[in-house]
Amino acid sequence: MLSIKNLHASIEGTPILRGINLEVKAGEVHAIMGPNGSGKSTLASVLAGREEYEVTEGQVLFQGKELLELSPEDRAREGVFLAFQYPIEIPGVSTTNFLRTALNQVREYRGLEPLDAVKFLSLMKEKMALVEIDQKLLSRSLNEGFSGGEKKRNEIFQMAMLEPVLSILDETDSGLDIDALRIVSNGVNKLKSEKTATIVVTHYQRLLDYIVPDFVHVLYKGRIVKSGTKELALELEEKGYDWIKEEVDSTATV
Amino acid sequence: MSTLTQQEFVLGLFEAAPATYSSLRQLGKESFYAQGLPALKAEEYKFTPIAKKLETSLTDFSPAKPVKISAEQVKSAVFAGFEGVVLVFSNGQYVPEYSTSAEGLSVRLLSENESTPLGSIAKVDKDPFVALNQATFSDGLHIGIEKNKEIDSPILLLQFHQAQGGQVISPRIWIEAGDFSKATFIDYQISLDDAPYFVNKVVEIKGGVNADLTYHSLQTAHNQVIEVSNVVTDIQKDSQFTSTQITLSGDMVRNNLTLNLLGSNSVGNMYGIYLLNGKTHVDNHTNVDHTIPHAESNELYKGILADQSRGVFNGKIFVRQIAQKTNAFQQNNNILLSDDAIINTKPQLEIWADDVKCSHGCTVGQLDEEALFYLQARGIDKTTAKGLLLYAFAGEVLDKIEVDSLRNHIVAQIQERLGSKF
Repeated sequence: MLSIKNLHASIEGTPILRGINLEVKAGEVHAIMGPNGSGKSTLASVLAGREEYEVTEGQVLFQGKELLELSPEDRAREGVFLAFQYPIEIPGVSTTNFLRTALNQVREYRGLEPLDAVKFLSLMKEKMALVEIDQKLLSRSLNEGFSGGEKKRNEIFQMAMLEPVLSILDETDSGLDIDALRIVSNGVNKLKSEKTATIVVTHYQRLLDYIVPDFVHVLYKGRIVKSGTKELALELEEKGYDWIKEEVDSTATV
Repeated sequence: MSTLTQQEFVLGLFEAAPATYSSLRQLGKESFYAQGLPALKAEEYKFTPIAKKLETSLTDFSPAKPVKISAEQVKSAVFAGFEGVVLVFSNGQYVPEYSTSAEGLSVRLLSENESTPLGSIAKVDKDPFVALNQATFSDGLHIGIEKNKEIDSPILLLQFHQAQGGQVISPRIWIEAGDFSKATFIDYQISLDDAPYFVNKVVEIKGGVNADLTYHSLQTAHNQVIEVSNVVTDIQKDSQFTSTQITLSGDMVRNNLTLNLLGSNSVGNMYGIYLLNGKTHVDNHTNVDHTIPHAESNELYKGILADQSRGVFNGKIFVRQIAQKTNAFQQNNNILLSDDAIINTKPQLEIWADDVKCSHGCTVGQLDEEALFYLQARGIDKTTAKGLLLYAFAGEVLDKIEVDSLRNHIVAQIQERLGSKF
């Protein structure tokens, strides 16, 4: 489904990603871990199409299409979803209104009829239950005055509404208490299917108790330096990142 | 292009002035000559070189005579879904033929009965254009709202403009609302063709005690129109006055809005949106005078400026020494969409009382790129996303417009301008 080959990206001339290779197949959950500043969020942003990052080398194929050549909106319409690390507050735009515009543009791209108000509302009700989000919250301005947990739940709610093929969760767990974490993970797990894939970017192993990954990759200095199964995450939790840093830095100097 | 001196500019107007209100006209004339057109860099017109604009853009300075208005024109100008009274004007002159009425509402030509105390609210010495209008207006309308009458349906002042042999249009309106009355006015200006003209409008609003008056103004003139508007109101005890000023086009537009809070427990609200493109220049000067204790004023103007457009905002709040317990709030926010757009914004607070709550703030910024990306990342195209954000920015002011048909009309125009439906 997703094939990343030798991806290099920089911001304002500073290289952040230095040759990422990653294959993600339908039905899989990949966790991307790594110390602060290793490039985890950059990878998520580059995949979603954030303009500040310049891709200097490499290729990303998503369902056979050159992902990097698509605008951010077309990536979303093709089925890429980024749950933001820091969801934006937009005063004056209600989640409901914004999401209806988004969903209908996505549907149009996919050759589907737009949803009328009634159908949209009933779809919303169904998906709201998934992340235990209140309708009152959704009629308010997007994320404005929401708690950290409410913002993250809103991200997963949007994900549920847009039914992406590939979901990228950028540190969705950070700042969440256990209850919120459980609700958010629950939502993600219910949305998983044989046809979709998930990339979970996280700093902590904790989330992976709830969203169980098939593969764990460690990102350090812009490269994937270690890949393994969920046991790798447990090892990282126990031993921290220092041993990996040492391993990489020593081989680099040799 | 012609270059006319100020003397030549006004001469034709003075000569064409009718004989009505002769002493008031004389006062206007003297005051105008004493003040002259605002000089370049004159403080009150610092960023709006209106005299130069008039001298270089207009070729003829005689009053534009009324043009024939058809029922069809009236019908197509009224907003979809509008239910209310329509008062039709052609180049400032009342057209009774297509006008309607309501219980508690009375209209009469200013010339019919020269008892209207013109100039007692909009004073000639405050602005040369007030003086010029008072000296030279052809005729105007006295609109009365009966005491204790609440007119629930809005009153649409449909102002058709078209330079017709002359190029100066001088609308003059006097609104007198009785005690405990309520009314909503919509001043809507429509250009009938593309020829340049100059509108010099004066509206005086005299509210009674415990009155509730709203004055919406929608400026959508074509891009060769120069306009100066003076709206001045006296607000009495326990009364409320609300103004919304929506400006979407024009060549150079200057709006002077003056609220005199004359009775305690009165409230004055001033809201505005200017959404500008091309080379449109819009200057909103507001002035609220707190003359008594326990009154409140609220002000919120929002600007979106594209291309080489230019905006000016000057909000004056004057709190007299006696006006203790005043609450006065002012906010002006702007988004510049291009490197060439300019906004000059200035709060001007003069506070002589020592027990008041006053706040002001202005912001100038660009469209939030982060928010734009967020919307795009959900599948919304860039144009629609921009529109959505700008609409949200303006929404705070649009929400103040309680007349649904007017708000929908403005929203549709804004959507068209921003190139997106949402």
